[in-house]
Amino acid sequence: MTDIAQDLPGTVAKRRTPSRYQSDEFKARLKARYNAERRFQVYGALAIATAAAMLVILLFSICSKGYLAFWQTEIKLEITFDPAVLDPSGERDPNGLRRANYQGLINSALYEAFPEVSGRRDRRNLRALISSGGRFQLADMVVANPDLIGTTQEVWFLASDDIDQFAKGTLPCGVTHEERMAGIPCTVPEDSRPINDRNIGWYDQLYANGQVDFAFNSVLFTKGNSREPELAGMWGAIVGSFYTLVITLALAVPIGVAAAVYLEEFAPKNAWTDLIEININNLAAVPSIVFGLLGLAVFLNFFGLPRSAPLVGGIVLALMTLPTVIIATRAALKAVPPSIREAALGVGASPYQVILHHVLPLAAPGILTGTIIGMAQALGETAPLLMVGMVAFIVDIPQGITDAATVMPVQIYMWSDLPERAFVERTSAAIMVLLGFLILMNGLAVYLRKKFERRW
Amino acid sequence: MISNKIAIAVMAVVTSTALASTAHAQARDQIRIVGSSTVFPFTTAVAENFGRDTDFKTPVVESTGSGGGLRLFCAGVGPQHPDITNASRKIKTSEIELCASNGVAEITEVTVGYDGIVIANSKQSELSDYTKGQLFTALADTVLIDGELETNPYETWDEIDPSLPAKDIEVLGPPPTSGTRDAFVELVMEEGCDDVGAEAAAEAAGIDPDEVCARVREDGMFVEAGENDNLIVQKLVANPDAYGIFGFSFLDQNSDTLQGSLIAGVEPTFDNIASGDYGVSRSLYFYVKNAHVGVIPGIREFLAEYTAERAWGPDGYLADKGLIPLPDDMRGAARTNAVNLSPM
Repeated sequence: MTDIAQDLPGTVAKRRTPSRYQSDEFKARLKARYNAERRFQVYGALAIATAAAMLVILLFSICSKGYLAFWQTEIKLEITFDPAVLDPSGERDPNGLRRANYQGLINSALYEAFPEVSGRRDRRNLRALISSGGRFQLADMVVANPDLIGTTQEVWFLASDDIDQFAKGTLPCGVTHEERMAGIPCTVPEDSRPINDRNIGWYDQLYANGQVDFAFNSVLFTKGNSREPELAGMWGAIVGSFYTLVITLALAVPIGVAAAVYLEEFAPKNAWTDLIEININNLAAVPSIVFGLLGLAVFLNFFGLPRSAPLVGGIVLALMTLPTVIIATRAALKAVPPSIREAALGVGASPYQVILHHVLPLAAPGILTGTIIGMAQALGETAPLLMVGMVAFIVDIPQGITDAATVMPVQIYMWSDLPERAFVERTSAAIMVLLGFLILMNGLAVYLRKKFERRW
Repeated sequence: MISNKIAIAVMAVVTSTALASTAHAQARDQIRIVGSSTVFPFTTAVAENFGRDTDFKTPVVESTGSGGGLRLFCAGVGPQHPDITNASRKIKTSEIELCASNGVAEITEVTVGYDGIVIANSKQSELSDYTKGQLFTALADTVLIDGELETNPYETWDEIDPSLPAKDIEVLGPPPTSGTRDAFVELVMEEGCDDVGAEAAAEAAGIDPDEVCARVREDGMFVEAGENDNLIVQKLVANPDAYGIFGFSFLDQNSDTLQGSLIAGVEPTFDNIASGDYGVSRSLYFYVKNAHVGVIPGIREFLAEYTAERAWGPDGYLADKGLIPLPDDMRGAARTNAVNLSPM
């Protein structure tokens, strides 16, 4: 090259020094290139570290608040199942047994344990040690086993939320439990804490007698919602979420896959299909509340479907996840190599057979992954459900898709808005449960993709 | 092919259950309640106890806000419409008309009790005492200075009155969509506006007094902190110089970290709010659709539970949840009114 340039007339004879792979300039350039690459990698690592740090902060703040909610304080009382109170007629009629005065049994047990407490106000405070759910616990025990009548049993009751919070140390007193047991009073002034010295004294006395224990909070996973923090559970919301997702799955997958197959395999490429494609991509980015408004106008007001039902919530969420399913399915179909189609057509398969026997099964892992991600998205959604009445206080566990129900994220939202301190930790615990379900679903997506994935 | 058949079968099942449920909606055996998020914590407590102690299903209580609740309530008579709506304000004439035009003619109003609104700060700071006029001057968009209406120039509390702390004005409060905000504007801003004479000055200047009295400043001194009161509580704990506006029950639950400012020398306590001495409290209501009584089972019994002494009395479980009960004589009258379903 340089030789030619030299020979040509009129060109400036400027000879470039021949490239020497040991020259200082070259070394500097090489170093700069290596440095650039290293910096590039560091930027990437920093980005990951930032994201990971934020995730850790989020998880830490949730878990550090929420882990206490998995335990509940329980108080042991000696209950005398007095036949005169429970079954004066002696008929053992289950209806009568259910309606008997169980609160009276708990109250007398408390008065007996603290005989020095008198006066209306003090006794009322004393009764407030035990959760208001105690009487239903006793009713269930007696109805299940009427032979208890006439006996005296030791029964563990849930403590009321204030006592529970105090026992866990979330309500401050200023001194540790051991110091208090040694007779040092709280340093935080009494009017600055929701629990007074008298209640603390009773609690300490029960504790000293071995009548206080911490047990796994099974209520959280087996019961419906409640206004009493110690009785509030997520099971109703978990069941509601399940029904809602079943409806979403049953609608979004068949419709989404059918739409994607038609668009990808059969539809002619023209202005119409372009328009449809743009609209589908657009819908994927529409704020979810819009789907809720649509659900309210169409399914509730026009079709007259019931409010707060998982059926309507599921339909609305299916509309919301449809674009995700269609886009993921189309991508999965595109990834199936043309050679598969050509080979199938070559041995005489019809286009219908090509798609149903070859392309769809090979695209299934991709479709499945897209579907599960769409479902995980639907599981975490609240905004569209607000419009169809699923942001509601519902105690009963839903029995079907038309019963009033709520879902997990909505329950988290409602708990976060309540004044009781004990709901703060339950909110975090509920978030942990929801995150657990999301990790499970996304993990399933990864597993299925790994298991069925095929590379060509 | 198999998957095709499954898909068709699933869709058939969904459609048929959808149709079946439409029929199901015609006969409802569960009370449905909508409305204010302020009354929600109390109504849900009653609903839960009602469901436990009777054979009726536990009512479904939705939190839709007072306005949204009344819109749903007034949409018509029939099982697809709610039976009761909670409201943290009185029903408006326009809403009564809307109800009437949709056939909801007879409505029973029940006053539940009071809700105090507090201006609180962290216990790490000193306790404050404000008049409504001072709060208006600190938070209004337009204030009265030497007889002239001007855009609010105050940046610290002691600029308003030398006796107030020399701290930046920083108040966290609910957004305009919230009922608490409406009540704060009505009970503090508008009264304070009148007290300092800004209302008269606006009238003299030919300006709509609402423009002056009800407009909260938007220059960053008043921070709209969202509907969630727990969020405001957390921010106050983290920032001892800030004040927050929220419902009394949140102060009650966080009395270890927060203190409620005195308003005109009166401390926001349960007793002061109940006696009416504390000046910033509002009534809470619910409205019952009389046409549904006897059609939807349990409404009468639900009203009896709500108005029972063990629920809304001074020692009842609603007081434990932070409701300030009505005075004794008013409770009796309100109970008779509710149980007899005397329409408005």
